[in-house]
Amino acid sequence: MNQQVHKKVESISFGIFSPKQITEAATAKVVTPELYDREGYPVDGGLMDLRLGVIDPGLRCKTCGQKLKECPGHFGFIDLARPVVHIKFVRQILDLLKSSCRSCGRILIPDESIKRYLTVLDKVGDEEGFEARRRKIKEVVRKYKLKEKCPHCNAKQEKIKLEKPYNFYENEIRLSPIEVRARLEKLSDEDLRIFGFKQKEFRPEWLIITVMQIPPVTMRPSITLESGERSEDDLTHKLGDIVRINQRLFENINAGAPEVIIEDLWDLLQYHITTFFDNAVAQLPPARHRGGQVLKTLSSRISSKEGRIRHNLAGKRTDFSARTVISPDPLIELNDVGVPTSMAMHLTVPERVNVWNVDYLKNYIKNGSKKYPGANYIITTDGKRKAITVETQEEILETLDNGFVVERHLIDGDIALFNRQPSLHRMSMMCHKVKVLPGKTFRLNPAVCNPYNADFDGDEMNLHIPQTEEARAEAKILMLVETQIISPRYGLSVVGCIQDAITGNYLLTKELVLSRNEAVDLLYACGQTDLSDLSDKDKIDGLEVFSILLPNDFNFIGKDKSGNDVKIVNGKLKCGYMDKANLGQESGLMLRNIYEKYGPSYTAGLLGRISKLGITVLARRGFSIGLSDIDLPKEAKDEIHDVINKAEQDALRLIDTYYAGNLEALPGRSILETLEVRILEVLNRSRNKSGDIAMKKVQNSAAVTMARCGSRGNPLQIAQMTAIVGQQALRGQRISHGFSERTLSYFKKNDLSPKARGFIRNNYKSGMTPHEFFFGAMTGRDALMDTALRTPKSGYLYRRLSNAMQDLKVDYDGSVRDASGRVVQFSYGEDGLDVSKTKNGVLDVPKIIREVVGGKN
Amino acid sequence: MADHRKILNSYKNKLPPSILDEIKETFPATGSDAKLTEVLDRTMQSYEDAKINPGECVGLVSAESIGEPGTQMTLNTFHLAGVAEVQVTTGLPRIIEIFDAQKTIKTPMMEIYLNSPHNKLENIGKFAARIKEKVFGELVQEFSLNIFEQTLTAKLSKDLLENFDLDVKELVKTVKTKAKGFNIESEDNIITFFQKGKTEEIKELYNLKEKIKVIKVGGVKGISQVLPVKRGEEYIILTAGTNLKDILGLTEVDSTRTVCNDLYETFEVLGIEATRQLIIDEVYKVIESQGLNVNIRHIMLVADIMCANGQVKGITRYGVVSEKASVLARASFETPIKHLINAALEGEIDNLSSVVENVMINQPVPLGTGLPGLVTKMK
Repeated sequence: MNQQVHKKVESISFGIFSPKQITEAATAKVVTPELYDREGYPVDGGLMDLRLGVIDPGLRCKTCGQKLKECPGHFGFIDLARPVVHIKFVRQILDLLKSSCRSCGRILIPDESIKRYLTVLDKVGDEEGFEARRRKIKEVVRKYKLKEKCPHCNAKQEKIKLEKPYNFYENEIRLSPIEVRARLEKLSDEDLRIFGFKQKEFRPEWLIITVMQIPPVTMRPSITLESGERSEDDLTHKLGDIVRINQRLFENINAGAPEVIIEDLWDLLQYHITTFFDNAVAQLPPARHRGGQVLKTLSSRISSKEGRIRHNLAGKRTDFSARTVISPDPLIELNDVGVPTSMAMHLTVPERVNVWNVDYLKNYIKNGSKKYPGANYIITTDGKRKAITVETQEEILETLDNGFVVERHLIDGDIALFNRQPSLHRMSMMCHKVKVLPGKTFRLNPAVCNPYNADFDGDEMNLHIPQTEEARAEAKILMLVETQIISPRYGLSVVGCIQDAITGNYLLTKELVLSRNEAVDLLYACGQTDLSDLSDKDKIDGLEVFSILLPNDFNFIGKDKSGNDVKIVNGKLKCGYMDKANLGQESGLMLRNIYEKYGPSYTAGLLGRISKLGITVLARRGFSIGLSDIDLPKEAKDEIHDVINKAEQDALRLIDTYYAGNLEALPGRSILETLEVRILEVLNRSRNKSGDIAMKKVQNSAAVTMARCGSRGNPLQIAQMTAIVGQQALRGQRISHGFSERTLSYFKKNDLSPKARGFIRNNYKSGMTPHEFFFGAMTGRDALMDTALRTPKSGYLYRRLSNAMQDLKVDYDGSVRDASGRVVQFSYGEDGLDVSKTKNGVLDVPKIIREVVGGKN
Repeated sequence: MADHRKILNSYKNKLPPSILDEIKETFPATGSDAKLTEVLDRTMQSYEDAKINPGECVGLVSAESIGEPGTQMTLNTFHLAGVAEVQVTTGLPRIIEIFDAQKTIKTPMMEIYLNSPHNKLENIGKFAARIKEKVFGELVQEFSLNIFEQTLTAKLSKDLLENFDLDVKELVKTVKTKAKGFNIESEDNIITFFQKGKTEEIKELYNLKEKIKVIKVGGVKGISQVLPVKRGEEYIILTAGTNLKDILGLTEVDSTRTVCNDLYETFEVLGIEATRQLIIDEVYKVIESQGLNVNIRHIMLVADIMCANGQVKGITRYGVVSEKASVLARASFETPIKHLINAALEGEIDNLSSVVENVMINQPVPLGTGLPGLVTKMK
């Protein structure tokens, strides 16, 4: 067996290449701008030189002898005819020039003070970084510069200016890069220490480019178009320009051309090299393609979201992953994910052959890659990958030996990671067990919709198959759905029964009485096989049916959604209805207690059974919603009508008092504000009142049942459907804008009456008048805008937070430290408690005392 | 009882103080020592069970816990606190403002608690009026211009003068410094301005009128609005505009409870620990007002990292992120070129001690299960 040994990267050091290092590291010197000869073969000494790496299939690298994809590429170099300034180091060069003497090259700080400043600077550098150190040096030097004389050789200092982007001037006379380089060469090594260069052997003259490094071809591959034409990478284009101008400069210098021409070419070379590094320098026109498209050069390749760092390094693409539409399946387990068979045949799991599993693995090979469950590839001990086809099958079966790896199809029970974007919290990617199902969608238990924030209106999700034992073990132990039931955000469950499952259990515990046959049938259907606890009465009520699912030693006292007591004694539900408060997500108090006592795995199982019980009950009892659900008897309608009329009258009366000047201002408010507050008060009261009337009169319809138990909708929404929609508000105020001094041209100017300011007195069932509809649309649009504007803002906040805090961890001593070992908290959260292991971060001390001492306390 | 205390004390190093306090509060005084020990032992057991595991990436969990509900927060809810035109920035904008550690905040505010008897309804109004920053124009009941005599007369409101506890003579003094070129006479509550040397220019008087209107004549600088409100049993003052230093200097003010929502002001006046607490309180307040549930530990951690080196640092590329030791971690956040160039110049070494760098080079991250290493003896 060849076990690959991975070396660990300990550290990465950054630095600047010296011209010598560049030439030594280079495999080729580039001297010609031509790329290919007439046969289309790379030219020696050109930019696509074979010594720089290969990008064509079939060719071999002349440096390492490897083929395409094996050869990593090799650097080359160009000897520049004249040195140029590196655009990214311009500011550093300017600082160095400004703070050193023009004749002796010493730093412009007297010898006696250097030591003192060195300690100050080291401190600044350590604490605030390189940038701050640079600013500090400037500050110090400026203090001494006032004397205009070098403290070491007394030479007079001149003013050095940078004309952006890269021209240096001393007293209005331009310093050529050669002169700049000569100045930098004079700086002594000891003085460089003060500037904070940690790299040994660093010389500032390296900041001026004399020899340019050419990136390997593998970094700038050309694309062959359909027409057979070659399209070169932007970098190659740019390098071509540089080589061309450089050669011309050489020729002109050698031919003894006039200085003007040489200067011009030199400037052009400087421009091309500058844009090679950064094509977005403020003062320079960006280099373009012939079509006018801006070239994408080094800087823009690295930065931004699509750049190398964020796109290719911090985020990577994976094999063994799949994506498709999701759909619900309440009958599969909480931990399961339904995977389509067609996918299972492409996603594989590697299994190493040994004496014990050889026969089992042979079955997969026999099935081949076309028949499920089969296998797609085997990997032999010497690392060769062979596809399993009808032709190779026989041979593979014969040669199969211990240590071979078989990449078999996904089967039930395999470990998979399941994810939905946006991955806002850790429950957005959980581990599921595969269940291979027919169809073309991923199936998931509706109870896990909440942590993923998924619905089934066309959402797609991703599936990843871990390929190593280590990864699978970690996923299974740390990421399995059942281990993620409790949110680390607030210590309550994020997984719970939803919708029909809640309605079903609510109805079961509230009103159903079943015959014994029905009860047994029901329980059996939801996976409860042990029915020994069922009493032998003929009629069994819902409470008892529900109790069968609960463990026998479970005790719980709590409240349901409407505030009634829920009591469970020794696994028997004594009173109370099972609704959202005890079964649902984000609250699920009963479930939370079960989790605490019986652990994740049991809770997941119980949750599954309760869900199934709920939906089975509902399926057998029948549950449907219709328009008649929100019908109101005539007298209720009249009553509501009266209430609203009266409120409107009251509001109008208030307006009259306001105009008459008799309205008394509330403390701290103007009279107009007072009026607004009073009107809102009156109208809201009428809305609540009519809502109450409606809720009372539409009792026991399916819609109300759902609102009551919290499975869908709330009383307010019922009231809006049956009684009155109510006041529409923008930013906490009645609608007041639109036309000048009125909301719509339909109203008189300055009309303060309820209906002119967004009060909708109709309900959704009766329908709205045109102006009411318009007001409704106004608030609707406002909400939509709000969401659209909020998403990117909060996304950025989240990115910043996670970037700033990602390296914080709890150390072995319980303190929270960052990556460099700096203590952020001495004890996590001041008491070291894990939120997801407690109820909302609090240890239940009263419960312990109650258990020990007993009694009421 | 003494025994209870002794037993509790013996657990001092085993349980955090908050839990010990709770046991002390809730354990019945009549309970036996044995029961107390049992309670303590069982609490310790469940405390140990609920303790956070070493290696847990608490930072990321906190970031997620705040970032995820951020998507549900409302934007632009400038709602009115209590009953007045004192506006407060809440919701996402406020959270961003705090985490950015912005130097100037949109709605600076203070909550001033007062010592008894000033926190009673009768006295609160007067004190509020006193600290409010006042300008001359507010006091004037009536301006009158006499064109013949070239004079400007300002009739001051007696009520207001009394309310604000201001003296006319003092007023004249302050106004005089700004009204150069005018003689000023005052009689009772009437102030008259005479033009020195007749220029026959009525314009001058007009200009003077506008000028003196905005002269600050009293109150605490920066307090532009005051609003007394009832909080619990007492009355407190909410202000728009802040001046923590001067307000805390007043003897009527309960300096232990008075707060200001400006991070930097709090930092300058009360120091870094107060600022940390302010961040926690302010963020928690917003999250709570949005009806969201985020455990306080997560907010604490953010506040702690913002204040960790004794200076308020925002969660920005100039603040917390710039302090990271790793070049690659900084570069992966924002402005990567700048960080890479500086690292090259300085000759920095990245020791790959945090998360992103290791992700970049495909190595296990030093968190959670990636933290422990195994050493084995080779034969």
